[in-house]
Amino acid sequence: MATPKIQISGLAKTFGANRVLDGVDLAVEAGESMTIIGQSGSGKSVTLKCILGLVRPDAGSIRIDGEEIVGLGERDLARVRAKFGMLFQGSALFDSLPVWRNVTFALTQGRARDTARMRAIAQENLERVGLGPEVLNLRPSELSGGMQKRVALARAIAPRPEIIFFDEPTTGLDPIRADVINDLIMSLVDDLGITALTITHDMASARKIAHRVAMLYQGKIIWHGPRDRLYDSGNPYVDQFVQGNAEGPIR
Amino acid sequence: MTGKRLAEAIISFFAAIGRIAIRSLATVGRATLFAINAIRRGLTPPYYPHKWLEQLAHIGWFSLPVVGLTAIFTGAALAQQTFTAGSRFNATSTVPAIVVLGIVRELGPVLVGLMVAGRVSSAMAAELGTMRVTEQLDAITTLRTDPFRYLIAPRLFASVIALPLMVMIANAIGIFGGYLIAVYKLDFNAVGYLKVTREFLEASDFMMALVKAAVFGFFIALMGCYHGFRANGGAAGVGEGTRNAVVSAFILILLSNLLITVMAFG
Repeated sequence: MATPKIQISGLAKTFGANRVLDGVDLAVEAGESMTIIGQSGSGKSVTLKCILGLVRPDAGSIRIDGEEIVGLGERDLARVRAKFGMLFQGSALFDSLPVWRNVTFALTQGRARDTARMRAIAQENLERVGLGPEVLNLRPSELSGGMQKRVALARAIAPRPEIIFFDEPTTGLDPIRADVINDLIMSLVDDLGITALTITHDMASARKIAHRVAMLYQGKIIWHGPRDRLYDSGNPYVDQFVQGNAEGPIR
Repeated sequence: MTGKRLAEAIISFFAAIGRIAIRSLATVGRATLFAINAIRRGLTPPYYPHKWLEQLAHIGWFSLPVVGLTAIFTGAALAQQTFTAGSRFNATSTVPAIVVLGIVRELGPVLVGLMVAGRVSSAMAAELGTMRVTEQLDAITTLRTDPFRYLIAPRLFASVIALPLMVMIANAIGIFGGYLIAVYKLDFNAVGYLKVTREFLEASDFMMALVKAAVFGFFIALMGCYHGFRANGGAAGVGEGTRNAVVSAFILILLSNLLITVMAFG
């Protein structure tokens, strides 16, 4: 059996008295689109930040291509991070830089160099997310929310990462714009062979972009299975969540 | 019974002091590690010269008007005060000496430090705090860039370089402010005033001013960056970080000023 792209086992993290992750186990295969669903505050974002090395877990193991990354030094962590791209919930574009420098930030590591080549690369990546060259010189604040999300997506894919994390990619967008983002995520997975790990509570999005879905509840993965089983999971917690019922085992 | 209650009150009083002490020491420790991290990583490539220049302009150049105004008014006021006080016992001739020593040794560095702390520590904390709560700092890390090298080190180094330059300028303007009042209002002889000024000014005084300025510059940027970097909890968190940055920079400037002065003259 091939080594999973991402293998998480026994991941635990406590903030003060709040046990956010309580033994998360999850495996994501290469080229797979995995979606983690769960309530706000269930630890979805913390899981992503642990994998990215932005938050240090209290216990557990995270393996990327079989390499343990928990406890790695800053230099090795930076090497592993080069495999990742991340689309942040609020886009997290740098408002002091024009769009084209945002998109090529990872390639220049923030330095102003190779202007002509970088603009061309920015344009190419913006085209992939459906934006024209007219946005190249704009500031992020001059763009609509949906366009910001697309620029952030172009920025995440520009260095051609092997794995992309999507943190609530459709939050704050109208249903049509949200579907555009869903299509883009699917095309990245299908065309570029990227491994995708998405966290969301948008069921329409999960149903569309996921190959497999896992549900995080009280710091643990309580169910995972193929997308088609999402509405037929036989798990009362998952049923309540996907149907959005106030009544049920989740309080 | 009352004895037991008294004992509990005393214990809880000391426990509270202990908690505050431990929390303060933890903050000092975190800020020290933050500074070491920034210096260590800032000295290794990749370097960001354009960010250094940008910060030099922000911290130094754009602070010059406010620093210049502070210096000229303080120098002028100091000359007037010294004259008024000195005239009570026929010691008005001390005006140029007190103005030059007061400005160069104490008022120049401290006032520049405080003015720049108000202007720069707050701006740094607000900017980095906003970047923290909008996840831009996390984004930098995921984009193969080290925020310590890209954001923190340029601010720290630029501040340590800018402050001594600004203190030199402020000292010159402050002495000039005293000269203006002394010569044009208090009828001092212009040549004599400048001669006394030059006689009293020693290289060691200037050295001390520059050392103080570099230390203040370090604390100004460190507190701005540290509190901004650790901000959390949205707009309120950024506000709190900004306030803590300015207050802690002020305290560190005044404290280190006293320590350096006592070490130099004690």
